[in-house]
Amino acid sequence: MVQKDAQRLALFLLLMPFALWILLLIVLPHLGIGYLSIREKIGPRQYEFGPGNYIDFISEPIYWNTLLRTATMSVLVTVLTLFIGFPVAYYIAKVAGRRSRAGLFLLCLIPLWVSDLVRAFGWIVLLRETGVVSGFLQWTGLVSGPVEFLYNDAAVVIGLIYTVVLFMIVPIVSTLDGMDDALIEAGYNLGGSRWTVLRRIVIPYAMPGIVAGCIVVFMLTAGSYLTPILLGGKNSMWFTEQIYDQFITRYNWESGATFGVVLLAFTSFVVWLGLKLTGQNLANTVAKG
Amino acid sequence: MNVAAPQTPALRFAYRAYVTLFFLYLAAPLAAASVFAFNASMFPALPWNGFTLDWFFSDTEPMLGLFHDRRLLQGLGNSFYIGIIVSLLSVAVGTTNAFLFERHDFPGKQVLYVLMIVPLVIPGVILGISILVFASFIANEARAAMDLRINFLRPGLFLVILGQFSFLATITTLVIAARLRKFDTTLEEAALNLGASRARVLFTVTLPFLRPAMIAAGVVAFLVSFENFNTTLMLVGSDSPLTITMYDRIAKVGSTPVLNAVSVLLIIGSGALALISVLVQREPKRADVES
Repeated sequence: MVQKDAQRLALFLLLMPFALWILLLIVLPHLGIGYLSIREKIGPRQYEFGPGNYIDFISEPIYWNTLLRTATMSVLVTVLTLFIGFPVAYYIAKVAGRRSRAGLFLLCLIPLWVSDLVRAFGWIVLLRETGVVSGFLQWTGLVSGPVEFLYNDAAVVIGLIYTVVLFMIVPIVSTLDGMDDALIEAGYNLGGSRWTVLRRIVIPYAMPGIVAGCIVVFMLTAGSYLTPILLGGKNSMWFTEQIYDQFITRYNWESGATFGVVLLAFTSFVVWLGLKLTGQNLANTVAKG
Repeated sequence: MNVAAPQTPALRFAYRAYVTLFFLYLAAPLAAASVFAFNASMFPALPWNGFTLDWFFSDTEPMLGLFHDRRLLQGLGNSFYIGIIVSLLSVAVGTTNAFLFERHDFPGKQVLYVLMIVPLVIPGVILGISILVFASFIANEARAAMDLRINFLRPGLFLVILGQFSFLATITTLVIAARLRKFDTTLEEAALNLGASRARVLFTVTLPFLRPAMIAAGVVAFLVSFENFNTTLMLVGSDSPLTITMYDRIAKVGSTPVLNAVSVLLIIGSGALALISVLVQREPKRADVES
């Protein structure tokens, strides 16, 4: 019995930090913004409960347009990142020799360790009117005057892909690492073409990694703040910017919390849909990345 | 013969070229950010006016170097302070969580496991505002009810630490739990049979086994904390960490080469730390190449 009591005590002691963390920093704060979002200010220190903040959100086109724009851009970035990242991940996991594999993997990780801000700043130095790319084009004589590459959607997409592509490559490499080359060989021996082998063997095998990568990339993109604002300029119309604006600039916490709930509901829905469509679950995709 | 590789030389060449291009894309902005730290010019742009270290060491305006820029140094100090506390805290909680999920069975474990992962898939901005709202709520209530002023619940370093910890604990838990899963429990049984107490087994057998993962998790937590922007932005008070200071500088002054100098410093620093974490993890055997 002493043994059993000791086990109970250990379990209890281990549960404490976990419970404090999840309850105080995740669950209650999120209930908090949910509560704030259904509270309307009708006068100084006078509040009323109702869906008014959500109605405001829907009736103001600029708000939901921003959300839609953020959503479509995030989906676009996720798809492009998958197409750009998958071949690189496959190369690292399957094509590169054993020694160069570790090196390439490390190279992939290095930008990850550098702040978002430094990365965005690097792109600014490259792309702006007086930047390196514009200067190079003038030097080669392809263009006659300075060209501004910043402050447009293409710059935002390039910058966002740059920020998130590692989160696509790493989980795909780790799933493909576990794949036996014999599976590919068997596919060829059975008469499969290169394309068939890729579609019927490699991609299904890499699916948990692909799903994990897509989820993380989508979340990071939809929740990103710096890259769209620094590379897209004042009119980048990113939803997180609206949240910041409501909270910090206008000090309208009720409406900021509403936007937060909307963004969270939306991204959770997309993640849920992605998991549902591919038959994966959160624990065996994201947790492995 | 590698069956997984493209079979014709032309395709193989094209594939290699693509991967090379990709790595050039990865390196380009970092290289651009670094190079202009050494250009003797007021702007991080071409033309090249000659090599200088003034953006690091000069102590006179207008070319005030990084090591004489009080606000940037203050930001760097704050980032270190936050990063160290956050990583210690996340490693501690990550370790207890790892034991909780790997060594114990209890009702509702699956649900709690998913809850443990959830912070990773919540956008950072939302984590920031929700903690801001909750902390302010408590502070306001305490003030209204008992006339207590709980200043540490107002935006500031304490809230920044809590905000970063809220999602870093997930990362450290996953890293440490992955290693604990590989632990051979017969080692613990052997030590127990030899008469060691449970505490002694924990400190001489189990924790030393976990140490590489704990160090790696701590380094990751420190680096992510150092570079975090979204969550921090919502919780920051008057003492801002480096990323926020740099952002203010870009927003107010525009880009100046002193920011390139900071970038160089950060690239070197985080590169070195990342390398340490890799070496620490590799040290024992080849058993834990993954993750």
